[in-house]
Order: sequence, then C-alpha cells, then structure tokens
Amino acid sequence: MIDKKDKSAREKIRREEEEHGVPMFRSFMDRKIEKLSKGFEETDQLDELKNQPPPGDSAIFCDDGTTPITDDLFTEAEYNAAEAERSGYSNYSYWGSTLRVFLKKKISVFLLIFLVLLLVFTFIQPLLPNQKDPLKIYNTIVGGRETHLRNVQPNKEFWFGTNSIGQDLWSRIWRGTRTSLFIGLCVAITNNIIGIVLGSIWGYARKMDWLFTEIYNLFDNIPYTILRMLLLYIMKPSLKTMIFVMCLTGWIGMSKYIRNQILIYRDREYNLASRCLGTPGLQIVLRNILPQLVSVIMLQTALAIPDAIGSEVFLTYIGLGLPISLPSLGNLINEGRKVMLVPSQQYQLIFPVIVVAAITISFYALGNAFADASDPRNHR
Amino acid sequence: MITMFLVLSIVFMLMRLLPTDTYFGGRSDSMSDTVKENILKQLGLFDPWYVQLGNFWKKLLLHGDLGESIVIQQGAKCVDLIIPKAKWSFQFGAIAMIFQMLIGYSMGVMMARWKGRFFDSLGNLYILLINALPAAVYFLFIQIYVSKALGLPMLFERYNPVSRILPILCLSLGGIASNAMWMRRYMVDQMNLDYIRLARAKGMTSSQVAFRHVMRNAFIPMAQSLPTTLLFTISGSLYVESLFSIPGMGGLLITSIQRQDNTMVQAMVLLYSAISVIGLLLGDIMMMICDPRISLTKKGGSR
Repeated sequence: MIDKKDKSAREKIRREEEEHGVPMFRSFMDRKIEKLSKGFEETDQLDELKNQPPPGDSAIFCDDGTTPITDDLFTEAEYNAAEAERSGYSNYSYWGSTLRVFLKKKISVFLLIFLVLLLVFTFIQPLLPNQKDPLKIYNTIVGGRETHLRNVQPNKEFWFGTNSIGQDLWSRIWRGTRTSLFIGLCVAITNNIIGIVLGSIWGYARKMDWLFTEIYNLFDNIPYTILRMLLLYIMKPSLKTMIFVMCLTGWIGMSKYIRNQILIYRDREYNLASRCLGTPGLQIVLRNILPQLVSVIMLQTALAIPDAIGSEVFLTYIGLGLPISLPSLGNLINEGRKVMLVPSQQYQLIFPVIVVAAITISFYALGNAFADASDPRNHR
Repeated sequence: MITMFLVLSIVFMLMRLLPTDTYFGGRSDSMSDTVKENILKQLGLFDPWYVQLGNFWKKLLLHGDLGESIVIQQGAKCVDLIIPKAKWSFQFGAIAMIFQMLIGYSMGVMMARWKGRFFDSLGNLYILLINALPAAVYFLFIQIYVSKALGLPMLFERYNPVSRILPILCLSLGGIASNAMWMRRYMVDQMNLDYIRLARAKGMTSSQVAFRHVMRNAFIPMAQSLPTTLLFTISGSLYVESLFSIPGMGGLLITSIQRQDNTMVQAMVLLYSAISVIGLLLGDIMMMICDPRISLTKKGGSR
C-alpha cells in the first residue's frame, strides 16, 4: 500500500521535472523560486512591450486577417446636432414616472379626486343657494310660541337634522370640516418646514449634533399627548393655540426622521465626491440628499393631517378643544357623543364620524400610495 | 437621571405660567382679595421661580410629596389620591399588553406566511382602519354598537368581570395593529436575505427558520419598544378610562383638567413624564441586553 503511494508520488515528481527541465535533486522550495522568478521576467518583458512604440499600420488586420487597416478605410463623420441630441437625451423624468406609477392605481386616483372635491366643496358650500347658517339657532312657531328646532331628524329642510340647540347640522359639518382641514394642513406644512430645516442642520452639521440630540431627548421624553394637554391647559384653547401646540410637538418626529435619513446619505461616495469638488453644504443637502427623501416627506405630510384631526377630536373630548362657537369635527363629535345613548338622535354622532373617517382614511391611504409611487425602485 | 430632572423641572416651570385665578377652584367669586392673596402666599406662588423650584424638589425628594389637591378632594395629598387609581390603570394596561403581544405578533407572522392571500389583505385592512381612524371614533363605536350587539355593559362596574371585556378590547386594538404591522414587515423583509436562504438550503423547514432566525432578530427592536408600549397602553387609557368610567389614572387626569385642579394636573403630568423617561431608559437597557452589538456608551469613528 505504502509502496504504491510512494511510487506514484515519485512518478509525479519525475514527470514534472521532465516538463520543466529541472534537475531531479532540486528541492521543492527551489522549484517554487524558479517559477516565481520566471514570472517576474515575463512581467518585465511585458513592461518593455508596453514601452515600445505601437507597431505600424501593417501589423493590424481586419477581422478576416488579410486586409490591413489603413486610414483610407475611415471617413470623417459630419456633425449632426439632432443626432447628438437624440443620443444624449433620456426621456426618464422622475416626477413623470412617479405620476405614472401613482395613476396606475385606480383607487388612489379615486381618493385623490375625492379629497380635492371635498376640499373645494368645503369652500363652495357656504356660497351655494339655500344653505343654512351654521351658527344660527332655528326657531319654529308651535301653538303661538316660538320654540327652538331641537334635535330635528334629518328631513328635506335640514338635510342632516339639527343639533340639541337647533343649529343646522349639514352646514355645521361643512364648516367643521373646513376648520379641521385648515388645522391639519397648517400643522402639516409647519411641521414639514421646521422639521426639514432643523433636521437637515441636525443631520449635516456635525458640530450641532449633540445640541439637537439633547433637545430631542428632552422633548421626546414627555409623551406628546401629555405635552399637548399641558400646553393647552396653560394657554386658553383657541384655533391659534391649537395649531401652535400641535406644531410644537409635531416637528420633532419629522426632524428626527430627516436627520436619520441624512446621516445615511451624507457620507455616500457621490456626496464625498461632490464635497471634494467644492459643492457647498447647502447645495449638497438641497440637490443631492433631499430629493431622495421626497417619498418619506410626502408620507409624513399625509399622515400629519389625520393625526391632527384625531388629536383635535381627543383634545375636545377632554375639554381642551376649540370653543363651541367655532364648529370643528372634534366639537361636532363631542356634541354627538352627549346624545348618543338616545337611538333616534345617533345621527348627530354618525354624520360627523363618517366625515372624519372618510377624510382620515383617504389621507392615510393616499399618503402610502404616493410614498410607494415616489420610490424609484417601484418605477419598473 | 439628568433628563428626568430637566423634564420634571420644565413641566413644573410650565405650570407656573398659569394665571393665578385658577388656583381657587370654583370659589373664586366668593373670596375677597386678601383671602386670595393669603392662599397664594401659602402655596408659595409669590416666591421667585428658583425658590419655588427648589422647594418643589425638596418636597418631592425628601417627603415624596406632590402637593395637595384643590378641587377634587380639598386638602388631600395628591399622591394619596393617585395611588389607589394607579392600581386599576396598571391592571388594565398589563392585561391589554399581553393581548397586544400575543394576538399582534401571531397575526403578523401569519400575515407574512400567507403574504398576498386573503388573510394578509384582511389584516392589512384592519391595520389601515386602526391607524387611519382617530381612536376616539372607533372607541365610541365599540362602546355603542358592540356593547349592544354582544349584550355587554357599556360602563365599567367594579364587581362585574364581564364589564372589563370592552375596555380591554379597546385598549388592545391599537397595539395589535402596530405589532402585527411591524412583525409582518420585518418577516417579509428578512425572508429575502442571504442567511435565511442559507438556512432554507440547509434543509430547515420554513417554520423553523421563522422561529429560530427571523423571530430572534425581530425581537431586538421590540425589546426596546416594550416598556414604551406599556406606557402607551397607560397613556392610551386616558381616553378609554374616562369613556368607560374606570377609576384609573387617566380618568383622574381628565377629571382634574376638566375641573381645573392645578396641583392635581401638575402631579399627574409629572408622574406621566417620569414614567415615560423611565420607560425609554428601560427600553435602551433591554435592547442592550438583547443585542450584544449595541452599547450605551459613546463610540467615535464616523467619517
């Protein structure tokens, strides 16, 4: 057994030595060195080849191997502007393809149209003929005495009925929707502006990082609900304070998000290259980084509106809402809640709730759909 | 600790911005100016702010004292009012949290398993509804219609265990949705990674992979959110508690806001902030325990 192995090994060495022409008595290491130095020589030769001037025309042949390549085979191309334009042009446009992906989904187009119509209608509704005043208390004459039209069921005159003191619910709902949407949009826009500006500084400027992080920790440690309640408790509740309080607590989340995203992109190669070429920091943030975050920003904006409406409803419930003279969806739901135990008057709760649900669900779904569409990875 | 100190101090200073009229409860009209001034002096409201702040911390640290209630139960210590209520809040919060985790996580896993099928879209619809609708809205609907449909009592009654079903259901709904959403997204993302493919190629069944590899990794961020989830169930119970009239902390806070009991509001808000700070800290510590790659100490070395 051993013999056999030995024999074959020796055979192998002998054959190898024959091939390389190396004497038998050389050791394994020596042979390795031999091989390496041979390699070095070859590379030296290659270098020399490189340094030599390229061989003349006669050395290069066409594919058929016989015709030599000469200058007269080539003709000078004329400059064609249109042709140059065509080859340098790409018909990819970011917003175009975002829109295309977005419009592909029927449901999101439907929701978009619905929301736009709703928004327009809240402004048009008071101008339409035969509309009631949302604040007027309607009276009727029963047996010679004037009485308020309390809790009238929905009928031809009062489309959604009246509330417990005789105000028209249909016009109140539209006025309330306008107030709530106004709050939502204000909060979303302010949060976006403050959040993006501060988040960019926070993420991009290394020296400011600790300062912002400390501020963030401080604010983030108090639950938002509690902070909102506390601030509204201190300031008297009104439209301005409501928006102010929601903005004060809302920008933090946004700027934190922007900061984290900027940290991800800040030191990517393309930004390093940009910085080496002397691009100012502001331009890097605006041109190189923020366009990457469009989807995230849109999503946050779309989600801020349902959140604002929801928290307005909550704050109204605990008694820190807008004054009753200013109808809002929160006020209306709270009014409806007081009479919800009487089955015949539940319409006072159900109508505002339907409107709230429709608005928040469509904003939420729309935000998600747009975030998906604006992500270039979904453009194929 | 420093954060906690700062947070509590800021909350305290914010409370000082309140107009002094609100310190007399409903009896403001029947008091003469001298009486009012005496009360304010007793409360120490004429002292400069740093003296007030110092007194507040001295009282809190040495005696565990958060001041006395003005309106709700005049003269009673706030702490004595809060403690019996806290029991109820924690009880409901804990039960709801168990439900949230059990149902939420298993729902997420199932949705990831049957991704794109009927159960998945049903779950997604549920998550969409819960996230999009304001909590106030669906709580009301549960209180009105579900109680009628199932014949359950609408309000909480102390000695009737059946009456606890609806509040716990309300408390868990939101958490179930967010747990399921997180678990599903995490499982779906992980399923395409190389280490999962390797595990599958080794011949592990997909349930083995799910439980031994994916779940273990998914639990790291969950460990961080665990204490915060407990907080959210407690602070979420602000609404549920007062809606179902559970004698808990959230209900107490809302009552004291509605009746303008300043010291009570201050004590409750301080308590909530303290719970939140502690929760976040615990979350960080838990995450550190679960994931050896994370350390709380600072690390340098970014480019």
